[in-house]
Amino acid sequence: MRRLLPATLLVSAGAIGYELLLMRVLSIVQWHHFAYMIISLALLGYGASGTFIALFKRQLETRFEAAFATSALLFSITMVLCFALGQRVPFNALEIVWNPQQFVNLSLIYLVFFVPFFFAASCIGLVFTCRQSHISRIYFFDLLGAGLGAMLIIGTLFLLIPQNALLLLMMLPLFASMMIGVRSTARVPLISVQALWLAVLIAGIPQTQLNLRISEYKGLSQALEVIDSDVVQVSSSPLGLITVVESPTVPIRHAPGLSFNTRHIPPEQLAVFTDADGMSAITRFDGDLDALGYLGDITAALPYTLLDEPDVLVLGAGGGSDVLLALYHGANSVDAVELNPQMTELVAKTYSDFAGSVYDDPRVTLYTREARGFVARSDAQYDLIHIGLLDSFGASGAGVQTLNESYIYTVEAIREYLAHTSPGGVLAITRWLKLPPRDSLKLVSTAIAALKALGVNEPGTQLAVIRSWNTSTVLVKNGAFTPDDIASIREFARSRSFDTAWFPGIQASDTNRFNLLDDPYLYYGTTALLGEHADEFAERYKFHIEPATDNQPYYFHFFKWATLPEVIALRKVGGAALIEWGYLILIATLLQAIIAGLVLILLPLAAVERNWPAGTAPRMGAYFLLLGFAFLFIEMAFIQKFILFLSHPLYSVAVVLSGFLVFAGIGSALSERLARRLEASGRSPVAIAAAGIGLLTLLYVFLLPLLFRGFIGYSDVVKIAISITLIAPLAVGMGMPFPLGLKHVAKTAPDFVPWAWGINGFASVMSAVLATLLAIEFGFTFVIVLALLLYAIAALILRTSMRSRA
Amino acid sequence: MKLIVFILLFLSIAAHADDTDYAAERAALIEELGYYARLVGDMDGAGFSEAVLASMTSVKRHRFVPPAQVRFAYENQPLPIGHGQTISQPYIVALMTELVEPDADDVILEVGTGSGYQAAVLAELVDHVYSIEIIEPLANGAKQRLAQLGYTNITTRLGDGYYGWEDHAPFDAIVVTAAASHVPPPLIEQLKPGGRMVIPVGGRFMTQLLLLLEKTDEGEVITRQIAAVRFVPLTGAH
Repeated sequence: MRRLLPATLLVSAGAIGYELLLMRVLSIVQWHHFAYMIISLALLGYGASGTFIALFKRQLETRFEAAFATSALLFSITMVLCFALGQRVPFNALEIVWNPQQFVNLSLIYLVFFVPFFFAASCIGLVFTCRQSHISRIYFFDLLGAGLGAMLIIGTLFLLIPQNALLLLMMLPLFASMMIGVRSTARVPLISVQALWLAVLIAGIPQTQLNLRISEYKGLSQALEVIDSDVVQVSSSPLGLITVVESPTVPIRHAPGLSFNTRHIPPEQLAVFTDADGMSAITRFDGDLDALGYLGDITAALPYTLLDEPDVLVLGAGGGSDVLLALYHGANSVDAVELNPQMTELVAKTYSDFAGSVYDDPRVTLYTREARGFVARSDAQYDLIHIGLLDSFGASGAGVQTLNESYIYTVEAIREYLAHTSPGGVLAITRWLKLPPRDSLKLVSTAIAALKALGVNEPGTQLAVIRSWNTSTVLVKNGAFTPDDIASIREFARSRSFDTAWFPGIQASDTNRFNLLDDPYLYYGTTALLGEHADEFAERYKFHIEPATDNQPYYFHFFKWATLPEVIALRKVGGAALIEWGYLILIATLLQAIIAGLVLILLPLAAVERNWPAGTAPRMGAYFLLLGFAFLFIEMAFIQKFILFLSHPLYSVAVVLSGFLVFAGIGSALSERLARRLEASGRSPVAIAAAGIGLLTLLYVFLLPLLFRGFIGYSDVVKIAISITLIAPLAVGMGMPFPLGLKHVAKTAPDFVPWAWGINGFASVMSAVLATLLAIEFGFTFVIVLALLLYAIAALILRTSMRSRA
Repeated sequence: MKLIVFILLFLSIAAHADDTDYAAERAALIEELGYYARLVGDMDGAGFSEAVLASMTSVKRHRFVPPAQVRFAYENQPLPIGHGQTISQPYIVALMTELVEPDADDVILEVGTGSGYQAAVLAELVDHVYSIEIIEPLANGAKQRLAQLGYTNITTRLGDGYYGWEDHAPFDAIVVTAAASHVPPPLIEQLKPGGRMVIPVGGRFMTQLLLLLEKTDEGEVITRQIAAVRFVPLTGAH
């Protein structure tokens, strides 16, 4: 055991580290939506290895050391191989609407990345199966490994680029294999392969084999195709891969929504890509404001026509364009908030001269913080809170962000922003304009909901909307727009050939004058959303434009099932642009999770002897199925909820995942003691556990928003500690029902034990994806309440089963 | 002997395949385009003009796609051509060509040559097409391809399309096939009064809308945003 425990720790750390690393890598080479697939894949690995061990238990037990060392070695090798292979699968998400082959490619990615998780899980499963007498110590080291692995990869990603972090990670299972391999019966072949693998690593795997193969359709790849363009700076952290591109021959000129009437051309710019997309520009500035004349001719300049020397808060300062916009318009002060320190360093230090030392301007104060957290903690009042375009049109238009949680554009967020605008101050948000309108109408409906929640009876008096051919800017004023304001808005729009879509007192004749649409959809939509039958309108609208909330923060999700047949029928005549492929991929992922779970986990179990009392299979099958769903529903909902608090999806996944693992493990270890005590007094331990989970979860549904609001502005370390404290008691409770059920099955129907593991694993694989789908459709609270219901039914099943056996 | 016969047979089939004109497939595609145009009532219900459909019939799309994509060349869908670019969906090409309202004596500027397919379709209808590409391999490929196909009224060059092509300006129409955050002011300047500019808006595989920019005789600019698809976002009356 002296060697086995640290070896288990190393494999466990490698597995969780690899899971997080893959999420990071796939966000760079593809898009964010693969995160759910990776969680499902890791669970599939555990499920399938459970089945594998159940089938070959006898053979594996006699060769335990060799089996463990081989699995660990194969884990190490396939970590690297599958990393390279998976990226070579020619999957093009954007083509999925046209080319069914892409679904096959998606399945290939799923299968390739399943392999390393299978070997990792086989190691852990083998230890649990073959060394049962030390189970609590094994559990401890397994979970400790998971926690350390999450910390290790996050820390490593601050220092190394992902492909180098991989080389560090793969050493962990290799060491584990070496530690156990020397004791095994197959030590000679094992040591040979280990040495060979080590030699390959020392000789150096050609870097080109591990280089990230970024989709050629992402912004960075496209920018680098342009003649003479080149990467001039790369920095990597868990928050993102930042790449700066210079293009001397075909200069970058990023000026979304620039008026046709302008005589100004943007000055030279550097393009900054985060995770190879979402371009932000650093604009050359030599102190001559006249050179920035184009900034007066974009829709985002609208609020400045209403305000004189305003105090401005820029959320998502990025490359500094919106800070320049404020300075160009004579802002009195500018607080610039940017989440990513690498981005601020670029503008404030590396390219400070290029950017005209804009962050050194005495009027500008730079804050490296998360936007919601900054606003929640701030006592300041601003004349203008400005949120510019934070994403690329391509990503926005293709439905690539459907699954992205965005806590920037929710009802609660807008309420918070408005609470920080001075009387007469303005919140200004600019979005890409889609046709038919989706983003802009959803923003309008979210703003209206926020105003109503603040007690404003006539939200329309505080709203103004203008549009160019590709952007729309929405203003929400703290107070009603005055006739002078309205005159300024009209003149600003007219002189730049922008169209007004809403201001108090607008007439149909004021709309659709310069950028002609078949119908002035944005005006009609805003009018309808402000009217008496707003709900009915939103329901009838063919896209989801109901307000985004912290409970359902999917601002970029517009898909409605009812619309699907129509857009598919129109696919060949331009309807493809109306399909959100991010959503389609999630559904495809769910389908392949179901198939893979059936084939790799449940089907092989048919070979296991089935000798158990009648009624066991349906009853206990349902019990473990429900537990699988319920556990993952809560875990996934928490991962998504904690993104608001921890500021970044990767932090949230790392903290919530390892938090749940560690404390569910402790709960599992405590369950036996608890069961003994409770059973002695005639109470059902699983019912107590389910009640505890129910009580805590419901408490959290109400408490979390308040706690998040109170602590969101604190440092990451404090927030992580708070998160773990919150997760701990819940996870301890959630760790109990599974071992309690397993103990019951082991006593009454031992042959059903592998099935219990398999069914539970199968449900987990599905529910990792299903939870996200349900959250998008119905919100986190729904997912959590559903999970509680499943726990309650499970508790009832086990109680009934135990009584009938008694 | 049998082997030699087999090889000869194979080579003759292969040679034949290489020479395939795909005339039937092209005709079927053109019919499909006409059907869809009538179905969705684009172009105000007028469908595509005979001239545009004739041009689409004579331009061999399979010569503009990479070998692996040839079998899909006459599907009404965009196809990858490498370097993160696509050849547009034929329906969108027809729609864009129609919106340009090409006349026989027109001189047209295209920004974003890509495969050269859109330039070829336009060249069948107008006096001359000038086309600029910013991706070197694509620019070279298109230049070679268009020369091989005998297009003498298309001139291409590698370079920045932002400033148009001043030597040949002004243009009767400008087609911008590359996405941009804004319409370059120099291009508007190089458009003749009464001229039209068409820009597809959207991702590489999905054209969301077509921006039609018209410069009046007085030099005023008006745009129309033409959804590629006739899709009403509301059901019933509102």
